[in-house]
Amino acid sequence: MALADDLKGTTVPRPMEKDVIIRMEGVQKWYDSFQVLKNIDLDVHRGERIVICGPSGSGKSTLIRCINQLERHQEGRITVNGVELGAHHRQLDVVRREVGMVFQQFNLFPHLTVLQNCMLAPLKVRGLPKAEAKAIAMKYLERVRIPEQADKYPGQLSGGQQQRVAIARALCMNPQVMLFDEPTSALDPEMVKEVLDTMISLAEDGMTMLCVTHEMGFAKSVAHRVIFMDRGEIVEQNTPEEFFTNPRSERTRTFLGQILSH
Amino acid sequence: MIRSFGYNEFLFLLSAVQWTLALSAIAFLGGATVGLFVALGRTSTIKPVRLATTGYIQIFQGTPLLMQLFLVFFGATVLGFDINPWAAAALGLTLNASAFLGEIWRGCIQAVPRGQWEAGSALGLRYPGLMRYVVLPQAVKIAVPPTVGYLVQLIKGTSLAAIIGFTELTRAGQIVNNATFQPFLVFSIVAALYFLMCWPLSLLSARLEQRYAARSR
Repeated sequence: MALADDLKGTTVPRPMEKDVIIRMEGVQKWYDSFQVLKNIDLDVHRGERIVICGPSGSGKSTLIRCINQLERHQEGRITVNGVELGAHHRQLDVVRREVGMVFQQFNLFPHLTVLQNCMLAPLKVRGLPKAEAKAIAMKYLERVRIPEQADKYPGQLSGGQQQRVAIARALCMNPQVMLFDEPTSALDPEMVKEVLDTMISLAEDGMTMLCVTHEMGFAKSVAHRVIFMDRGEIVEQNTPEEFFTNPRSERTRTFLGQILSH
Repeated sequence: MIRSFGYNEFLFLLSAVQWTLALSAIAFLGGATVGLFVALGRTSTIKPVRLATTGYIQIFQGTPLLMQLFLVFFGATVLGFDINPWAAAALGLTLNASAFLGEIWRGCIQAVPRGQWEAGSALGLRYPGLMRYVVLPQAVKIAVPPTVGYLVQLIKGTSLAAIIGFTELTRAGQIVNNATFQPFLVFSIVAALYFLMCWPLSLLSARLEQRYAARSR
């Protein structure tokens, strides 16, 4: 990647093209002495759909969790929608409002109904009136085709339904970017499709998406770009066609061999 | 003049129960209020706050309640405050209860899965909203059985207030005994009255615990 090469060793920020919504520059992160992210450079464009894959422990989840600062990076710069993530709370609040996240374990609030789960952030973070928050929640519950479950509690739903609610809950904040952290890994096989279908329909609407996933079929059909990470580095990134048919690095070939062989 | 233990003596003991209950209630409400902040401090991300509340808990858990009551009662006098046994007992027990409840509730807050905090944060909730709408409602459900269980300890703990001169059930027992010289009878009745206050709470605590275990299964 020519762009990434230009950046190495420089500290002057490059001029930001208008359609870059997330920019990571020289991002480094350590857990004690173990380095989980090594000099990550990444530009995400508006409307772009990126799939991040790699072996477990490669830092892919950590990378997307740095974007909304569920994990703090120690060095480098992360800019989201023109706001640079700094030590200050205000920038973090602005960024988190614009970035939705879906987790592997769904993380719905078990003490609230599906509808209340979806209304909480619009009410308490955006400060919307109740009627409006409810209308938004119902709109997105219909969007993920689950409006009839609005008054149930998460524990009464299947895993696939819960994950679709989690997607709706994130969408209720009307985010500009959606982060998916292995959204289908905790699901029973028969429920994977309903969640992937929901994600595909989001993609069709032009949502900017970063997905950490091992669903290579999803990557092939939906992603604009596939990123392969190993040991905290971005080893390779390419269009899905090139990535799957013509992987350049040995590590990528080994990884693809392992996950595609079964 | 030695009196024998009769109906009036029994009524005197029975009426002292109300002071034990009143002192327990005040200590519990005070302890719960302060204890909430102690629990929040213990789980804070700010290190000095965490250290200060940890120290607070260590001091109150590591010294006898009786010494704490003495220190409040005599300490206030030394500092020039005129404190009556009521206020001293209420203050001492409140401080003590806040340390124990704070530590119990710290565990309950930390038992709320990490993913819940992360989901709330990712939605843009800041600490107060995250606590109020996501973490504490879930922590409360976990906290009810051990809190009711602690209430039993607290009621029994109020008996120490007798030593600084507050007339609750135990002190009433001493007074009756001094007049009747029937210690075995008097203190058996006193113990039975404590048992009648505490036993239902123990049962309730066990029931709540079972219900919670069944729900989270």
